[in-house]
Amino acid sequence: MTSSVPPFVVFFAAALLAAMLPGRSRIIVLVLAPLVSGFQLIEVPEGLRVTVPVMGYELTPYRVDRLSLLFGYVFNLAAFLGIVFSLHVRDRWQHVAGLFYAGSAVGAVLAGDLVTFFVFWEIAAISSAVLIWARRTPASLAAGLRYLVIQFSSGLLLLAGMLIRFHETGSLSFDYIGLAGVSGWLLFLAFGIKCAFPLLHNWMTDAYPEATPTGAVFLSAFTTKAAVYALARGFPGTDLLIYIGALMTCFPIFYAVIENDLRRVLSYSIINQLGFMVCGVGIGTALAINGAVSHAFSHVIYKGLLFMAMGAVLHMTGKIKGTELGGLYKTMPITTGLCIVGACSISAFPLFSGFVSKSMVMAAALQEGYKGIWLALLLASAGVFHHAGIKIPFFAFFASDSGIRIREPPWNMLLAMAVAAVLCVFIGVYPWLLYSLLPFPVAYSPYTGTHVIAQLQLLFFAALAFAWLKLSGLYPPEIRAVNIDAEWVYRRLAPRALRRAMGAALALHLRLQMGFLRRLGTVIGTLFLYYGPQGILARTWATGSMVLWVVILLGIYLIAYYY
Amino acid sequence: MAQERQHIFDKPKNVRRLLWTFYLACALLLAADFIYHRHVIHDWESLWGFYALFGFSACVSLVLIAKQLRRILMRPENYYDE
Repeated sequence: MTSSVPPFVVFFAAALLAAMLPGRSRIIVLVLAPLVSGFQLIEVPEGLRVTVPVMGYELTPYRVDRLSLLFGYVFNLAAFLGIVFSLHVRDRWQHVAGLFYAGSAVGAVLAGDLVTFFVFWEIAAISSAVLIWARRTPASLAAGLRYLVIQFSSGLLLLAGMLIRFHETGSLSFDYIGLAGVSGWLLFLAFGIKCAFPLLHNWMTDAYPEATPTGAVFLSAFTTKAAVYALARGFPGTDLLIYIGALMTCFPIFYAVIENDLRRVLSYSIINQLGFMVCGVGIGTALAINGAVSHAFSHVIYKGLLFMAMGAVLHMTGKIKGTELGGLYKTMPITTGLCIVGACSISAFPLFSGFVSKSMVMAAALQEGYKGIWLALLLASAGVFHHAGIKIPFFAFFASDSGIRIREPPWNMLLAMAVAAVLCVFIGVYPWLLYSLLPFPVAYSPYTGTHVIAQLQLLFFAALAFAWLKLSGLYPPEIRAVNIDAEWVYRRLAPRALRRAMGAALALHLRLQMGFLRRLGTVIGTLFLYYGPQGILARTWATGSMVLWVVILLGIYLIAYYY
Repeated sequence: MAQERQHIFDKPKNVRRLLWTFYLACALLLAADFIYHRHVIHDWESLWGFYALFGFSACVSLVLIAKQLRRILMRPENYYDE
């Protein structure tokens, strides 16, 4: 029976095949991998646990329950979309890395123990870095390295937490962890880095915009959502997550408004959307967890769609900055339309996917009495519409005409975007299928008159604010610039401080050296004075005076001996 | 070279139409608060036009604050390259 083949095996085997096969046959393998793996997941019985004894320890490399299954489905979907979107790419290693990355992400969410999870966590880190380096620019090389260092530090924390936890509890299984003890905090931090907690988030806004146009689509789906899964598995109901999540929804929207690189705007909005999920996990009620998980599901698809739309623009024009784009709707109407579907979904317009998932988290926040948090989430909802819903399509496809006249992207890019767009609308129109897959039974109904009207009011008046600010000239213009963020610490402050410290050390070294040499010169001079050719001790002495001195010495000796 | 085709938003008339349709939709949505009683969980929600006013003021303050943040955060594009 084939249904016992874990999906990651399918992906890894396909990756090895893709590494060897030439053009056409490679494409077949690429497209088949997520389909075969997805089919395995549909067939697999819920509650399956495959345990393998390894060196006396019992590992669970394959565990299927409702939580892991849902993430498994959406990762397969994301892999399929990403692969179709990148079929035109002639770079074999991007395909191989993409398959390894997708396989390890699926493997991670289906891992039943921390060791297996750790292994996939690290494979995902390495294979995703390849998708950044594959752009082959100095900037992407440097950003990829910074990215990998931070990913590995997350892996190290995970490893340390896992070992301490094993020492404390004697168990390696990956279930509820909680913030008790050192190991809990280490694991929390490890997941937090990958989930882009505030101040730990910059690896994403730094590296994702430097990835290849197709690579960014893969990146946007897997790493952070695997982290959300890990938090939902290990830390549901952890109060701290509510506040971290609320902060995550709010601070990136300010950055997104003033950011020029449109893929960096999208990276900031990933953090904003992750905030809703983290908050939901923190609240921890059935409704909140359902909201967090279903929002992760719809997020993977609409965020993928937005990254695909921007990837298509970058692929066709070679440009991605707001200052350089505009007016593309004239020659890319299909891409424009599909991008707007993604924009509507992330903004949670009724009939689009964000509407049916995000609202569960907000409803849970209100029900549990977190009024301040709810207001923050509401602000973030208006904010995400502002930067991802309006700014992205507006500055890329409308705004002032950049004069760029470029064709629609290749068919495979259009197809992938179209499938994603259909899924966004399908989830929005018919949420019950998604709801039936959630970890807890759903008693929530998104399409009430109150919810629809309230959401439409919020969004339309947020758009009205944009229109007013834009027409009155108050809206800040796009400027070619970078905005400093927490990465400033390690890209500017630390190198500067290090350089200054090195400079100071060098100066001290030189001063010491000079001082030593000067002192040495004096010593040599003194020695020269006494022992040199003209020195007092180097003079030739008369034999008579030598004899006199010897007699005096002997006399003194005699007297001393006598007493 | 042939004169480039006029596109939909090249005509100011079309842009004006779109904007007025949009303003009308906003007005209708706000008016809905007179007629429709929203089922609320939170007190603030029951305030007239709460969501509309919140959405508008949230976005205006978001943009204006972000604009001021540029003074602190903005650096030349090659800031990290030196």
